[in-house]
Parts: sequence; C-alpha cells; structure tokens
Amino acid sequence: MIEINKISKWYGDFQVLTDCSTRINKGEVVVVCGPSGSGKSTLIKCVNALEPFQQGDIIVDGISVADPKTNLPKLRSRVGMVFQHFELFPHLSITENLTLAQMKVMGRSKEEASQKGLAYLDRVGLKAHAHKFPGQLSGGQQQRVAIARALSMDPIAMLFDEPTSALDPEMVNEVLDVMVELAQEGMTMMCVTHEMGFARRVANRVIFMDKGQIVEDCAKEAFFGNVEARSERAQQFLSKILQH
Amino acid sequence: MSTYQWDWGIILQQVPESEEFYYQWLISGLGWTIATALSAWVIALLLGSLIGVLRTLPSRPLSFIGTAYVELFRNIPLIVQLFIWFFVVPELVPTVVGDWMKRDMPLPEFTTAVFGLGLFTAARVAEQVRTGILTLPRGQKNAGLALGLTLGQTYRHVLLPMAFRIVIPPLTSEFMNIFKNSAVALVIGLTELTFQMKQITGDYAPSNPIEVMTLVSLLYLSVALSVNRIMAFIEKKSRVPGYISGGK
Ligand SMILES: Nc1ncnc2c1ncn2[C@@H]1O[C@H](COP(=O)(O)OP(=O)(O)O)[C@@H](O)[C@H]1O
Ligand SMILES: [Mg+2]
Repeated sequence: MIEINKISKWYGDFQVLTDCSTRINKGEVVVVCGPSGSGKSTLIKCVNALEPFQQGDIIVDGISVADPKTNLPKLRSRVGMVFQHFELFPHLSITENLTLAQMKVMGRSKEEASQKGLAYLDRVGLKAHAHKFPGQLSGGQQQRVAIARALSMDPIAMLFDEPTSALDPEMVNEVLDVMVELAQEGMTMMCVTHEMGFARRVANRVIFMDKGQIVEDCAKEAFFGNVEARSERAQQFLSKILQH
Repeated sequence: MSTYQWDWGIILQQVPESEEFYYQWLISGLGWTIATALSAWVIALLLGSLIGVLRTLPSRPLSFIGTAYVELFRNIPLIVQLFIWFFVVPELVPTVVGDWMKRDMPLPEFTTAVFGLGLFTAARVAEQVRTGILTLPRGQKNAGLALGLTLGQTYRHVLLPMAFRIVIPPLTSEFMNIFKNSAVALVIGLTELTFQMKQITGDYAPSNPIEVMTLVSLLYLSVALSVNRIMAFIEKKSRVPGYISGGK
C-alpha cells in the first residue's frame, strides 16, 4: 500500500532523512517512534508529499509521489492525515470542517457530504457537537473531529503525527480508543506516537528512527519481546519512555 | 487674548460673483473626498490582497514580484507618486495612450487620484495581509493540502478567511488613512475637501479661516469615526465562536 524506497532529504546542508526504506501493507498498523528531531514528522509528511524529498521514491497504492506528473491533490485526498495540533479550521463549524474537502475535492453534494461527515462524527461520539466551532471543543474532542474529517474522505490509509502528544493526559485515551477501533477494522495506518500501550495493542510493526535513519523496523513481538536484540539507541530510548 | 472675530455665518454666505454658497463647496469637497477614498480602497483591498498572497507563495519569482511591488510603492512619498502618474506617465507611455490620458480620460484628476492612492495603499494592505497569513499556524496550510485541496483552494477556504479576520484592526487604520491621504490629491487639482478649504480661506474669505478649517477638521473626524464604527461592526459580525485571537 505504502512503499518507501531509499528516501533522503536535506534542508540546505542538513540531512534530515538518510536512505529510509520501509513498506506498509494493506491493513497493517505501523508505529514510528524515536527521539525528538529524529525525522519522524518529516518522513510521514513525505508520504503525502507535504514535504518534498531529493532522493528515492514513495509509492502509494501504485502511484509515485516523486513523479512530477502525479496529481498530488488527488493522491493526498486518498490518504488521511491527523496532526499533533488537530488543525481544524477555526472559522468553520464542525459540520463545515467535515464537509469542506468532500465538496471541493470529491464534488459531493452538501447533503451527501454532511450525511457522511455526521456519520463519522457519530462514530467518534460527537454528533451532538456538529453545530459548534472548534474553539468550543476540548483538545481531545477536536482531535476526534480531525479523525472524523479525515475518514470522511474514504481514505485508503491514515497517517498520524503524534496525535495525542498535545493533549492533556486525561484526554489521551478517548483519542487512542478511536484509533484502536480503526486499527481493528483493518485500516492501514502509519502512526508516529510514543504511546507504547497503543503499539503493544494494535501495531503489526514498530519502526525506530534516530538521526534521520530507520534504525529498527521489526515485528511488534520482536521489538517489545526481545529487547536485548535491539540496537543500543533503541534500548536507551525504550528505557526512557517505558519508565513512566 | 486674541482678537479674532469668530463668525460662523461665513459658512452660509454666498461666494462672491457666484450662484453658490460656501457650504456647498465644502459638501462637494467632502463628496469628492469620500468618492476618491472609497474607490481607491476597492483597488487597495483587491490588489493588496493579491500582492500579499504572492509574497507568501513558495514560488521565488512570484514572491519577488510581490516584494518588489511593496518596496516600490511603499517607499516613494504619495505626493511624488501622484505627480508621476499625472505629469510624467502620460509622457512615457506610447503617444496614443499618452494623448488619451491628457485629452480624453474622463475626470483626469479623480481617476489619477483613485489609481495613485489605490496603488500606494495596496502596498500597505499587502503587508498586513501577508502578516495575517504568516501568523496562522503552519499546520493549517498542511491540513488543507492533506485533505486534497489545491493550494488555491487552501488559500481561499482555509488561510484567507482567518488571515483577514486577524488583520481587521490594522486594515481599519489603513482604511482611515486613505481618507486622510486623499487630501494629497489637491496637488493635481482634485477639488476634494482640503482643496476647497484652501480655496475658501486663501482666495475668498481670508478673514475667517479658522471657522472653515475647524469645520473641515470636524468633517474629517466624523468620516474617520464612521469608518471606525463600520469596521468594528464587521469585526464583531465575523468573530469566530470560541476562538481566542493570537493564541491557539
Ligand atoms: N523547515 C525546516 N527547516 C530546517 N530544518 C528543519 C525543518 N523542519 C524540521 N527541521 C529539522 O529536521 C529535523 C527533523 O525534524 P522532525 O521531522 O520534525 O523530527 P521529529 O518529528 O522526529 O521530532 C529536526 O532536527 C528539525 O530541526
Ligand atoms: Mg514531530
């Protein structure tokens, strides 16, 4: 579904990504973790071409992201993305947030778009808030709306960039629950997160990044079960985040 | 104490050797001031928004065009720009166009003032619009693009609606400035409010200048306050529920 082939990327002289390769098969859930600044956000943004890269290629559902002939808006509309800071559109009501891209990108009618959007809003448990504005919801609620907004586009895969790290602790679980449910329904997911409980429950594979490189890319069982076999950097990282 | 003889009756007096009254001249001047400022504001808002957007685009040539425009029009005094548009440009353009500008262009002083003031103010509006866009969290643009919106759609539906809301206060000052700046157009002969004031106090009723100047000042003041109220109304109407400006 998503094939990342030897991606390298530089900001000026600074190399953010070095030769990153991995693949995410249909229905797989892959968790990406690693220290801050290791390039996780950059890598996940390369997948839907929000960040350009200088070397390598990414193939999403058979379509090359690096090919200049690729219709990027169309490709992006088929890949859902959820951001650390939610990024709902503050001047639009929740319903309008859910329907804007459905109407502008997919050409759905207003009725069809609201029907679809409200169905997903109901799934994340927020149907009663449809008429409100993002600023009137809590962080956890906003992030659930953001997930519903992405799902309304019928994505073939979902990208998450630290979806819970801007949330107050008591709101983390309401978002993770939605993500777990999504994973169990067979959604293809690439999740940058440090929620190792989530990784243990639903991930198929765990990728560990450091200094722009993919250091570990292995099955969940191996990653958590056989810690001694992991690289030193991954062990250090794990011991830090698993302390709490 | 000064021995100035106040006489507000001057306003209602008839202009010597004329059918008209002084107050009619002032009303006509106010009319031209408002017409010039409002027309120029339309140009400033449309062109300024376009230039402001250009400066935020990833394309180097486009953002360069935006920057060049702003620096050019912002850094030459308005009075010089009006002189150039009125006296110099008709000599530089092809003869056909130049002759048309000099002989056939309707309301030459008004037209020149509207464009000169509009293009000047556009540079200032552009800076506000650009700042508004850059104030938004970077993730907003990504969120629009990630949903499959084109860059144009992302500006239209995501970035600009918020950017404009954020810059209503500085745009209000620009809108108020454009009325004050329109007074400069007297140098190319536009018979706006300050032109009339100067004409009355200089050539016709030199003994009562303070009344006329006071009245003109009050007229400018009331226009400014009205603009301020209108913009405050727009700001209130466009306020986003639950949104705390400046923070997220
Ligand atoms: N626009 C940019 N220009 C220059 N350097 C950047 C830019 N964005 C990110 N970086 C750098 O790239 C590195 C990786 O960033 P990022 O992908 O955000 O890391 P992570 O998500 O793992 O914390 C960091 O060192 C960061 O400072
Ligand atoms: Mg990050």
